[in-house]
Amino acid sequence: MGKVTIPIGPQHPALKEPESFNITLDGERIVYMNVKLGYNHRGIEKACEERTFIQDIYLVERICGICSHSHSSAFVQAVEEIAGLRVPKRGLYMRTLVGELERVHSHLLWLGVAGHEIGFDTLLMYTWRDREIVMDVLAMLTGNRVNYGINTIGGVRRDITREQTADILKAVDVLEERTKYYIQVASEEVTLINRLSTVGTLAHDDAVHLGAVGPTARASNVDRDIRRDDPYAAYGEVQFKVITDTHNDVYGRTLVRVGELMESYAIIRQLLKNMPEGPVVVKAPRKIPAGEAFSRYEAPRGEDVHYVKANGSEKPERVKVRAPTLANVQAVAKMLENGYLADVPIVIAAIDPCFSCTDRMTVGTADTRGIDKGTIDWKSLRAYSIDWYRTNRGIDFSKVKISGK
Amino acid sequence: MMKEESIRQQLVKKFPILENTLRIQRERRMWVDVPAARFMEIFDYVVKEMHFIVFCTITGLDEGVHLSFIYHLALENGIMLNIKISVPKADPVIKTVTGYFPAAALAEREVMDLLGAKVEGLPEGGRYPLPDDWPLNQHPLRKDWKPETPTITEEK
Repeated sequence: MGKVTIPIGPQHPALKEPESFNITLDGERIVYMNVKLGYNHRGIEKACEERTFIQDIYLVERICGICSHSHSSAFVQAVEEIAGLRVPKRGLYMRTLVGELERVHSHLLWLGVAGHEIGFDTLLMYTWRDREIVMDVLAMLTGNRVNYGINTIGGVRRDITREQTADILKAVDVLEERTKYYIQVASEEVTLINRLSTVGTLAHDDAVHLGAVGPTARASNVDRDIRRDDPYAAYGEVQFKVITDTHNDVYGRTLVRVGELMESYAIIRQLLKNMPEGPVVVKAPRKIPAGEAFSRYEAPRGEDVHYVKANGSEKPERVKVRAPTLANVQAVAKMLENGYLADVPIVIAAIDPCFSCTDRMTVGTADTRGIDKGTIDWKSLRAYSIDWYRTNRGIDFSKVKISGK
Repeated sequence: MMKEESIRQQLVKKFPILENTLRIQRERRMWVDVPAARFMEIFDYVVKEMHFIVFCTITGLDEGVHLSFIYHLALENGIMLNIKISVPKADPVIKTVTGYFPAAALAEREVMDLLGAKVEGLPEGGRYPLPDDWPLNQHPLRKDWKPETPTITEEK
């Protein structure tokens, strides 16, 4: 039989975000895979140049709905370095705390998705139920379940109370108990082990050569973690192990993530125990002096980097983002070589892909405007936005040509 | 800062022209401006002899008459060397580094699409991140590029 090329995406029921995989098959075996990205490109970097530094925090936070704190932290760290701001220690501890809580929610989410992709939906139901605990903690601490809005230039926007500290410690105890159970499942459940072992293998040398990051790299025994190698926020003051694994496959990636959950709980406890007294934020100037900085952050999916250049005004000259999934894309193609078509969903899921991050875009759903106002139809929404821009921004969009008329 | 200083000395000893452009911004952050003509030679030395084997990304900058590109490299211990080159905007040709880092391919396609760089030696491939029908002469990250007023399609 000749080779067959199957296009999966950009729109496909199995994909959560638009991306395109062209898979060339010889029977059930994958010969070659071509990835096309960019369907989520929203021009965020350009948009950042046209907004103030403060507005940009909220814009970059919306690069991703899961690791939003990673992006805003990486961005503010760069701006703080350029402005020469010394963030109070308590602010750094708070930032780190939210970062680790975010990792917990992200890894639990991944574990559920991975379970779902291999038909183990009980794991999805369990992990996502437990994930609600950490989502509640994040909402209590920041006011939001996602896009926390806690970072600002010079520190964080909310302090933590004693009661909240006690509540978080209680929640961490429950989560740790549940995670121990998942570790037991991962190390003893034969169906899970057999389904994930030797699937999507990535040799150590390939992981290094192709520039894989995060748990994807660490599961191929690449001992790299920005939290330890290039410490930021409060990571220089907490003890934790970098989890690596030598399985080189999807099973290894699972073990790394559950292992990292346990380390995150340890970090959270240390942060809460040693939380310094004092302010959480220092006043930042509106205009940032000219300069440039490069900021690295270990997001749940791996190294997230931001480059910021300031020109002395209140708007940045340039903002450049590289999210971890972009670094892992080439590794996925390698993992799938000689693999089976049926393994495609779990192998792609195993890097915990986030294509919104990768392509850097904002998502806008234009159908509702909150429960109290009820739904709004497209026409009224458009009228509302034209009116809003006219009164608030002095821009008249009413002359904009509407196609199809 | 001991390690950073010894890296600085090693690099300046090998390439004396870098003496005035190499700066240590802070712990683990080093920046250097490199003449475009000698970029490959210096890049090769930094990667192969000095083991800057972590490739973060390439940042493209529109600096008026020049386009600049910063190659963000790091050692495994976290020390970063940010190598910057500038080429004339009228003929912005740079050489590919995919021979060292295959992952650089997407970063290079990105500066091609968004800033209009020409990358010599980069194998043929699809565009990233702009769509296939995006005009070839429109580079959104250039400072003189402004978006056109959008056309909105109204639902009937």
